[in-house]
Amino acid sequence: MKIDPGNGLKLLCAQCRLPLVSAPVTVRYLGQAFPVELPRCPQCGYTYVPEDLATGKMLQVEQALEDK
Amino acid sequence: MDGTRVREWEARCVEEQAPACAASCPVHVDARAMLAHLAQGRFRQAYEVYARAIPLPSIISHLCHHPCESACLRAQAGDPLRIHLLERACVAFGRTDIPLRTQRPSKRGRVAIVGAGISGLTAAIDLYTKGHDVTVFEAAAALLPRLCLLGEQTLPAAVIEADLARVRESRMALRLSETVDLARLDGLLADFDAIYLAPGNGSRPDLAGWLDLDDKQRPIVDPLTFATSHPAVFAGGRLRHGDDGAPILSVHDGRYAALSIDRALQGASLTANRDNQGAYASRLYVDTSRHPAAPALPPDIGDAYGAEQAQKEAARCFPCHCLECVRVCPYLEHYGSHPKRYIREIYNNDSIVMGQHKSNRMVDSCMLCGLCAAVCPNQVSMADVCLEARQSMVDKGKMPPSHHEFALRDMAFSQGEAFALLRHQPGRRQSRYLFFPGCQLSASAPQHVLQIYAHLCATLEGGVGLMLGCCGAPARWAGREDLFAANLENLRAQWASFDQPRLITACSTCLRAFKDLDAAPAVESLWTVLEREGLPPRAASAPPVSDYAIHDPCTARQETAVQDSVRRLLDRLGVAHHELGAPGLGTCCGFGGLASFVNPEVADKVVDRRADEDPADYLAYCAMCRDNFARRGKRAVHLLDLIFGAAADPAERADPGFSRRQENRARLKTELLRDLWQEATPTRAARPDLSIADDVRADLERKWILEEDVRQVVRHAENGGARLIDPDSGHVIASYRPAAITYWVEYAIEDGRCVVYRGYSHRMEVGDTP
Repeated sequence: MKIDPGNGLKLLCAQCRLPLVSAPVTVRYLGQAFPVELPRCPQCGYTYVPEDLATGKMLQVEQALEDK
Repeated sequence: MDGTRVREWEARCVEEQAPACAASCPVHVDARAMLAHLAQGRFRQAYEVYARAIPLPSIISHLCHHPCESACLRAQAGDPLRIHLLERACVAFGRTDIPLRTQRPSKRGRVAIVGAGISGLTAAIDLYTKGHDVTVFEAAAALLPRLCLLGEQTLPAAVIEADLARVRESRMALRLSETVDLARLDGLLADFDAIYLAPGNGSRPDLAGWLDLDDKQRPIVDPLTFATSHPAVFAGGRLRHGDDGAPILSVHDGRYAALSIDRALQGASLTANRDNQGAYASRLYVDTSRHPAAPALPPDIGDAYGAEQAQKEAARCFPCHCLECVRVCPYLEHYGSHPKRYIREIYNNDSIVMGQHKSNRMVDSCMLCGLCAAVCPNQVSMADVCLEARQSMVDKGKMPPSHHEFALRDMAFSQGEAFALLRHQPGRRQSRYLFFPGCQLSASAPQHVLQIYAHLCATLEGGVGLMLGCCGAPARWAGREDLFAANLENLRAQWASFDQPRLITACSTCLRAFKDLDAAPAVESLWTVLEREGLPPRAASAPPVSDYAIHDPCTARQETAVQDSVRRLLDRLGVAHHELGAPGLGTCCGFGGLASFVNPEVADKVVDRRADEDPADYLAYCAMCRDNFARRGKRAVHLLDLIFGAAADPAERADPGFSRRQENRARLKTELLRDLWQEATPTRAARPDLSIADDVRADLERKWILEEDVRQVVRHAENGGARLIDPDSGHVIASYRPAAITYWVEYAIEDGRCVVYRGYSHRMEVGDTP
C-alpha cells in the first residue's frame, strides 16, 4: 500500500544524521500483517508513522481487525 | 449469550406489536401506516396500504363496520380517528386500477370457489394472485349478487363495478348461473385440487353426508384453518357466520381460507405461524397522556371527507408507538431503532463465528444506566443485554482491545501503589467505620476527601478507617467479571482485616458494587451518614446563591434513601433546589458503562441533552457527573462544594482531565500519609517537566494520551532512544511503545523544560522490511 509520507521524507534520523527514505515495511495487528511503504532511516531502520496515517487509514484497519 | 434469555428479552419489548387499530381489524389493515401517508397527502400510497389488506377496497370501504375505530387510542385524547371515512378518502383520492398480478407458486393448483360473494371473491383474488388456476362458480347471474340488492343509497353500483373490473379482466374463470349441488361437488373434487365453499347463508347446498355438519346443518369449520372434514374442502363466509356476519368477517374467512388452500397445495403445515390471525388485543404500550386532546373533524363533503379534510383528520393520529426508552435515551435513539431489534442484532453479533462483528461498538456504547428499564412498561433493560453481550465478547476473545483498555489502565492505577491505601484512623488501632471515597472523588476534588474524612473522624465514635482504591466498576462495565470479582475480593479482604467495619462510600457506584456482593458488607452512603450525624460547621465562605437543579447519578437510581438525604442536606444548608424530572428517572451523565471511551459522540449527546434540560446550575453528588457537565460547559457543583464552600465559583471549576485525575489521586495519598499518619513516601518524580499548551492538552485528552505516556516517550528518546529531527522547526519527533500502543510525541527541550507540540498513537506494530 502506498502511503503519503507527509513531511516524513524531510525528517532526519537524529542518531544516523540521515534523511528518511520511503521503504517497504510490514505493519502488524492482531495476527495480521500488511506491507506498506513508510519513511525509514536507511541505516538504523527507525520508521516514522505520520499522524494522518495513524489517525486515519491505520485506525480504520485497526478497528476493522478488532471487529473480526 | 443465552438464546432463551435473549428471546425472553425480545418478547418483552412491545414496540413491534401492532397498533390497536390493526390488531382489532380481522384482516389487520395497517391504519397507522395508511394514516401516516394520508397525513402527508400521499393518497396513492395510503390506498396501496389499504388495498394490500382489502382485495375489494371500494366495496369494503363503504360496508365495513370499522372495529378499528372502537379500539383507536385517540379516544383517550379526543375522539377516535375516523378511519372508516379515511379509508373511503383513500379510495376516492388514491385509487389505482392496477390489474391483478400473479406470482409463480412452486406448486400450482386448481381451485374451485363456490360462491362469488365477498368471501369467495376474496379467496379467489388471493389464490389467483398467488398463481393458482381459479374458477369461480356462482348460482346467480352476476358476481356479488347480494350486494347488488343493497341499493344505490348504501352501495352505489359504480362502487361495486370499480372493484369487479379487475376481476373480470383477470384470467380467472367466472362461471355464473351455475348452481353447485352435492352431485356437482363430487364432480368438482375430481377436477380441482381444492374447493372453497362460500355460497353465503341462503343458497348453501345440502351437504349432509358429504361433510360433517353442526346442529344448524352448517359444515363444521376449523376457525383457524377453515378446513372441513374433507381434506380438500374449505369453507367460510356467511355460510359460517350466518346472516349477521359482517362483511369484514367474510373478507377474513376468504383471506385465511385462501392461505390454508395455498399451504395445502404446497404441502406446507396448515397450522404453523398463525398466531394473531383475526382480531386480537394488542400489547403495544402507548402513553396517550403525552398527547393533547383533539376532537375528530367532521366530514366536509356530504358524508365524506374532501382530500384536505382527510389529510387533517389523518394528522390527528399520534401515531401509536411505545418507544418509551428511545425517547429518553440518546444512545437508543442514535442507532435509529428500538430494543427488540437491538437485542436481535446484538445476539446475531454475538453468534458470528467468521466475519465482521458490526455491532461491537453499539454494544459498548450503552451507558448501562438502566433508565430504559425504569421507563419501560415491561422493564426491558438494554443494560442487562449489553452487559451480557460484553461478558460474552470478553469470554470469546472478541472484545476490541481499544474499547476499554484506557479505562482499565486508569482503574489499575487506582488499585496500585500510587493510590491504594488502608489505615485505621490516626492514633487508633480499631475501626468501627471504614470510609471509601472512591477513585473519582479523589481524582476530582482531593481536598474534599481530606475535609470530609476529618469531619467523619471528628463525628463518628469508634474510629473511622480509610480505604483508598477503586470499586472495580470499570471492569464490570468492560465485561471483565474476572477483574471485577478479584478487585472486590481484595477490598473485602482488607475490610475483613479491619474486623468488618461499617463501610461508608462517597460514590453511589461504589455503594452499588459493595451492595451487589454476596454476603454484602454493611455499607452506607456518605450522604445518609451526614444527614444522620450532622454536617461540618458552616464554611467561612457561604455557598453561592443559586437555585440548583439536582442531577441524581444513574447508579443511585434505586437508592431513594440516598436521594432523599441529599435533598434534606441541601435544605439544611439553606440551598434552594429543584428537580430535573422524577429523581429515579434521570439520564446518565455519559460516563456510565465506559460509553465515553468507546463512543464519545453518543456520550456527549447524552450529557448535552441532560445539560439542556434546565438552565439552572446543576447539583451533582457524583464527582464524575459533575466533571462531565463541566467538560461540556454546563455549570455544575458537587454537594461537597456547597458543604465546604469554595473560594472561587465552584460551578466554574474545570474538568481535571485524565492526567490530572491520576496526579490528584497520587497527591492525595502522599498528603494523607504525610499529614495524618506522618509517613513519608518516596516522591514520584514526574520527569521531565512538561509544558503543554491548553489546546494541545485537550487534544491529548481527546486521544486518550496521558501526560505520563508523553513523559515515557520523551524519557526514552532523551535517554538515547531513536528519534527524528524536523530540520525546519528543530523539533524532536519520537515514539515509544510501552505495551500495546505506540505513542508519538513532537517536542522540544526549551530552557530545561519539555515543550510538547503534539502527540498521537496507534496500536499497529511497525515491523521490519518484509
